[in-house]
Amino acid sequence: MRIILTAAAVLTLAVLPAAAPWLQFVLTLAIAKGFAALGVAVLLRAGLISIGHAMFFAASAYGVAFLAHAGINDLGLLLLLSVLVAALTGAIAGAFLVRYRAIFFAMLNLAVSMVFYALCAKLYGVTGGTDGMPVPIPAVFGIIFAEPVFKSVLFYLSLALMVLVGLAVQRYLDSPLGHALSAVHTNEIRLEYLGIPVWAVLLIAYVISAALAGLGGAISAFAIGRVVPDFAFWTASGHLVLIAVLGGIGGVPGAFIGALFLELLHSAAVTVTDAWNLIVGMTLIIVIMFMPQGIYGLFARKEASSP
Amino acid sequence: MSNAIIPLLLDSLASAALIFFAAVGLTLVFSVLRVLNVAHGSLYSIGGYAAASACLFIASQQLNPYLSFAALLLSAVFVAAIFGPLIERSLVRWTYGKSEAVQILITFGLFLILEDLQRLIFGVQSLYEDAPMRLLGTSSIGGVVYLNYQILLVGMAVLVVVGLRLLINHTRLGRLFTAVVTDREMAQSIGIDTNRIFILAFSLGVFLAALGGALSTPTSGIAPGLGADTMVLAFAVAAIGGLGQIEGAAVASLIVGLARVLAIYLAPSLDAVAPYAAMLVVLLIRPYGLFGSVTARRI
Amino acid sequence: MRRAILEAKNLCVAFNGVKAADGASIAIHDGEFLAIIGPNGSGKTTLLNICTGYIRPVSGSVLLDGNDITRLSPRAIARRGVARAFQIPQLFSAQRVIDNMMLALAAKDGLWSAIRPLETAQRRDEAMALLELVGLDGDAERISSTLPEGHRKLLDIAVALALKPRLLLLDEPTSGVSALERFPLMEALMSALRQRRITALFVEHDMDVVARYASRVLVWNAGNIMAEGRPDEVFGNAQVRERVVGVA
Repeated sequence: MRIILTAAAVLTLAVLPAAAPWLQFVLTLAIAKGFAALGVAVLLRAGLISIGHAMFFAASAYGVAFLAHAGINDLGLLLLLSVLVAALTGAIAGAFLVRYRAIFFAMLNLAVSMVFYALCAKLYGVTGGTDGMPVPIPAVFGIIFAEPVFKSVLFYLSLALMVLVGLAVQRYLDSPLGHALSAVHTNEIRLEYLGIPVWAVLLIAYVISAALAGLGGAISAFAIGRVVPDFAFWTASGHLVLIAVLGGIGGVPGAFIGALFLELLHSAAVTVTDAWNLIVGMTLIIVIMFMPQGIYGLFARKEASSP
Repeated sequence: MSNAIIPLLLDSLASAALIFFAAVGLTLVFSVLRVLNVAHGSLYSIGGYAAASACLFIASQQLNPYLSFAALLLSAVFVAAIFGPLIERSLVRWTYGKSEAVQILITFGLFLILEDLQRLIFGVQSLYEDAPMRLLGTSSIGGVVYLNYQILLVGMAVLVVVGLRLLINHTRLGRLFTAVVTDREMAQSIGIDTNRIFILAFSLGVFLAALGGALSTPTSGIAPGLGADTMVLAFAVAAIGGLGQIEGAAVASLIVGLARVLAIYLAPSLDAVAPYAAMLVVLLIRPYGLFGSVTARRI
Repeated sequence: MRRAILEAKNLCVAFNGVKAADGASIAIHDGEFLAIIGPNGSGKTTLLNICTGYIRPVSGSVLLDGNDITRLSPRAIARRGVARAFQIPQLFSAQRVIDNMMLALAAKDGLWSAIRPLETAQRRDEAMALLELVGLDGDAERISSTLPEGHRKLLDIAVALALKPRLLLLDEPTSGVSALERFPLMEALMSALRQRRITALFVEHDMDVVARYASRVLVWNAGNIMAEGRPDEVFGNAQVRERVVGVA
């Protein structure tokens, strides 16, 4: 049942741009943010809220821009390397951050991401300051496509990655490591007494979540064609938290459903108002107060109540 | 050398004083309510907008410019009286007894709302009215020129530390605060109206933040983004001092101020990073801050 | 006397001025079932906390097979084959009962697989066998927070057994367990300990349980050993009868 539903949803997404071409860009960005939100959701499993994950999103996007400048011109290689950049950044930041819990974890993530943002915006000579850096269209298996074709390739690649990476993350969450991660939330004392090193469980999760955010950032860099410091701004991190919460804590499809919902809402909202953060903030509060399981939780509950 | 470093030192002390107002409010609210208000920085910038608007109004009506000192103080009172009870009753109270994750998410949502509201109301241009600073003028000691307003800021910060200590140790309200901090259930059971204490403590925290914001406008003006920057800085200071520690926040803001002086000398482009570097170093060595204590886990 | 598995030597610990251990030494020998009894607040749980690395003594040392483990973490000590069941059950309360068990089993062997699922047929069988032993097989799919207190206690013990320890430290295994279930639990526990050749130390308040199952009893009072020996010897001691058995 789940497989059929997922397949139907992915197919619908695949044919949507044929019906409404403008949607392709929105959907690509939605999937990209879905990856990043999935990263945030992975940490939410352990009860840890990162309000700085846009940093990894941006780290990878800047990685793409720098690597492209350095002459690397292959989509696959750029994606791979930039995700590695994000994972490495995650390993360094995580080594320090996984010692902390709750407020400290949330706020230190925010602080680190704001330092990163400040550096991106201020080091004009290196990052182009607030103007950002351009991202040229890379070759795909040696072929350089025209821009519209490349954007379609990028969209379908993202869609395929969504399914593959989604399945991989699901496997991770079902594995002993994934269960140990949720267990951090409920009882660290017992984990210690089981002989499980909590810091290692968390560091692995942190690196995975940074890599997921990085994948999203790299896709966004290609889709937009430019990276700017705003990728790392705390409001961007806030959106990721909202998407992760909207999608219901922990659900892998939830992160993507939440991202699609929010991106579509965004493209509808910008035509009438520029108070986007206001809407995001209110939605966040309403979701927490009135539907603690998130949007995805609503579907899950219905499924469970039917025999 | 000393001619250059003393004004820089005073400059850093003055900005440390401003961050201290925000940090001590944050730390006070945390110790009484056990909630870290992520939107605290926004209340600093709202205080700033209120004060800047009031001072600009006074200037435009060509009223007595000394009124702007009253305006700085009153705008902080005004912001505290409106936003304190409103936020505590509508949102923060709902999070009592809920997980810290919920508290972070709710106050973060509020933060997004408040930041956007300020942008919608006051636009993206910065507001600047330095009448209070100009009125106080400068003084010169041994050939070095000081801004009197900066000396006033440092004095105010000292006053706040002493005032809060007196309030907590020597007034009825302070004893009620302490009772709630020490044992909330016990305080409730002996008939203390904890809801009232929460509103008062939260509003006092808002007042301190708004006061910092208000006092900051004559020197640096106010522009969008100040709320977020202040929030993180205030948290850094509160965390260095140990969450819930008033004197800790004071010492920590001194450390952050001195770190900034050091950064300006050693690597001027990185002065914005100095407070965070200080925070990281302190938290690596003492994860609960300089004055913080570990609450024992129980089996 | 057989070889000592765990030895605590000259322990000193104080909490808020109250001495939980005052230079006392204890030893647990291979194959025995040592009961520690004593009045409330005499530092029995603290003793377990020290032996498992949760707190460090002011002075003194803890030896496992003759090796000093005083400054090791609970994690490191657990990995050396010492498991612990708690007075207040320490469970993954949001997870199913069976997942609690399988995670403990995985901690012993396959935690580092991020690809293979936690639930394998073999691991499930092993978990079910242990749950059956403590009588929780009917609750396997329940979320562990929904279990009644007595059953949570049983699960806590089953989780400790899943680590396949050489030495098991039990903190009041029968507290919170109903009077009817107390002896069946102890029977199951004893047979598991014998089958798996597990040495055990247990802190206990129920003197009937101690008298029936302990191979040796140690009376802990105000940080010192007040009496030590076979259950009948210890319970015959007038001072013990007055100060400990009467109170408990």
